[in-house]
Amino acid sequence: MLKKKIYLDYASTTPLDKKVFMAMKPYFFEKFGNPGNLYHSGRVAKKAIDIARRKMEKIINCDPGEIIFNASATEADNLAILGIARANKKFGNKIIISNIEHKGIHSSARLLADEDFDVVEIPVGSNGLISPGKISKALDKKTILVSVTYADSETGTVQPIEKISKVIKKFRAGKGAPPYFHTDASQAFSYLDSDVKKLGVDAMTISAHKIYGPKGIAALYIRKGIAMTPVIIGGGQQNNLRSGTQNVPAIVGFAESAVITKRMRKKEYLRLKKLRDILEKGIFRMVPKVVLNGHPQNRLPNFLNVSFLDIEGEAALLYFDNANVEVSTGSACDSETLEPSRVLLALGRSYEHVHGSIRFSLGRHTTAEEIRQVLRIIPGIIKKLRVISPLDLKLNESKKISRPEAFAGGRAPHFLRNKK
Amino acid sequence: MKKNIDKKNNGKVSSPDVVNSHTGGSWAYTEKVKSHFFNPQNILLVDPEKETYDAEGIVGSPACGDVMRVWLKIDQAKDKIIDFKWKTFGCASAIAATSILSVMITEKGGMKIDRALKIKPGDIVRRLDGVPDRKIHCSVLSDKALRAALNAWFKKTGQFERVSAEGSKIIDPYVKVTEADIEKAVLGGAFTLKQVQEKTKVGIGYPECIPATEELIRFYCEKHFGK
Repeated sequence: MLKKKIYLDYASTTPLDKKVFMAMKPYFFEKFGNPGNLYHSGRVAKKAIDIARRKMEKIINCDPGEIIFNASATEADNLAILGIARANKKFGNKIIISNIEHKGIHSSARLLADEDFDVVEIPVGSNGLISPGKISKALDKKTILVSVTYADSETGTVQPIEKISKVIKKFRAGKGAPPYFHTDASQAFSYLDSDVKKLGVDAMTISAHKIYGPKGIAALYIRKGIAMTPVIIGGGQQNNLRSGTQNVPAIVGFAESAVITKRMRKKEYLRLKKLRDILEKGIFRMVPKVVLNGHPQNRLPNFLNVSFLDIEGEAALLYFDNANVEVSTGSACDSETLEPSRVLLALGRSYEHVHGSIRFSLGRHTTAEEIRQVLRIIPGIIKKLRVISPLDLKLNESKKISRPEAFAGGRAPHFLRNKK
Repeated sequence: MKKNIDKKNNGKVSSPDVVNSHTGGSWAYTEKVKSHFFNPQNILLVDPEKETYDAEGIVGSPACGDVMRVWLKIDQAKDKIIDFKWKTFGCASAIAATSILSVMITEKGGMKIDRALKIKPGDIVRRLDGVPDRKIHCSVLSDKALRAALNAWFKKTGQFERVSAEGSKIIDPYVKVTEADIEKAVLGGAFTLKQVQEKTKVGIGYPECIPATEELIRFYCEKHFGK
């Protein structure tokens, strides 16, 4: 067991940067005003938001006023999908998403399907990538919105966003009308260029707590001129697109964390990729029967998702936790719905493989020494759980052993739901 | 072994609690679950030679996320289980539930088969000082695995009158769910297929039995609740 806790779940959330906290602090106390008020305190708060917004607009290279602050990436995703779709219904009712989208996107699309929208899910290839060609084929006159994640939160596989946006632009043939293109950059922002003009996206989600900013704040970039209906309504703040008093300290902190993250981006990319590769190679060298989930190369530098065959992820997670290492799993037993990771299943992994998946995600405070220590404890943990396990799955038998219908859930099992 | 773990948990080690991501509430495994999870008792360490054990039973499927396999040594003259070894693929409560069952069976030098057959999931859960509601199905499986092994024993020794679970028809051979299990689930407040599946896993690995299960649910709902 390790003396000091080793946190390897940065894809889940990150600790607040102290500089970010210092930037936020005055806005909890002396500068506590409501930005909606005309008097001095209100103007101070309003100015802080304007400056923060401007900083972020520069980082993602968009025009002033194109960022809407939300309380979470999930909310920003909801607003992008529901807001754009509902406001552009006169142009058509078809929405295209990938089958590895975050639940914030996926659930919004499902909701729209109940509102007579036609939702098309494009499956990823076995390498985890969405093919721009498949998007191109799915586009038609009725299509108003396409949403593909920049990098998914389970394997960190990076999607060819620029190529997809070119396909969509070509289809639009110079017209400003739909289909519009949204991407969720919550995971990617830390390590990849998130210039909306270069990416060619019309809307983009970013989240503060994934980039060492505070929880409870995220942003949706939406290109000017695109109609959108609000999801949260009330006092008409943020051009009536997101009512509710702005979370001033969080917005200030978000901008600060974005500035720092952008500054550290290249260096951290290289540093973490090196550490991640050491971890990956070490695991594959020392532990038999391991499967890599996600694209071997086109992957965020801090992600490593592997399936340890014959063991169950929640059990492994708790053994890691007991050894003072914090990681996450795509196993069903660890989830509220008792369903295994949809993303890993979409990659063509069998249920058996998904049950044994563990995600290691590195971050700013990860050190080479930590990786060495984790590598020292992994073989023992896996060995012990394999001694307990009665299974002996074979590496290449994934298709044969899987029974997609064989899954118990808090909801109806897949084979019943699909009948609908 | 157990003392060791308790000492650890009183120390600075973070306890393996899992937080409910939807409600924000946390459900923690009990110390008893943790102790058996981290130091499982009576695991089968080496694959046995044929005939080392008198009976073997297996329930679950890897796709479902839980598989339990048990091996028994039985004193035929005394009609008593004298050794219980096991292996389990599954989450913490699944592993702990099999471990505690092995202790319950073997702690007093073994257990009469008739008594072992009376062990209910609730007895296992009690010995673990409880498991999270959603996870009770895991411990339900460990008594089923024991029963499967005993059924194998009964068949092997020609005691066919003792075979089958509580004289009830097996609906789902995969998880050995019987008509009686469906009835119990309905009595426990499960009125839809979904709810019954949450309790029993019936039809998950063997969808062919779903129409029959739905019929049984309707039948038992009417029988017990008139609806």
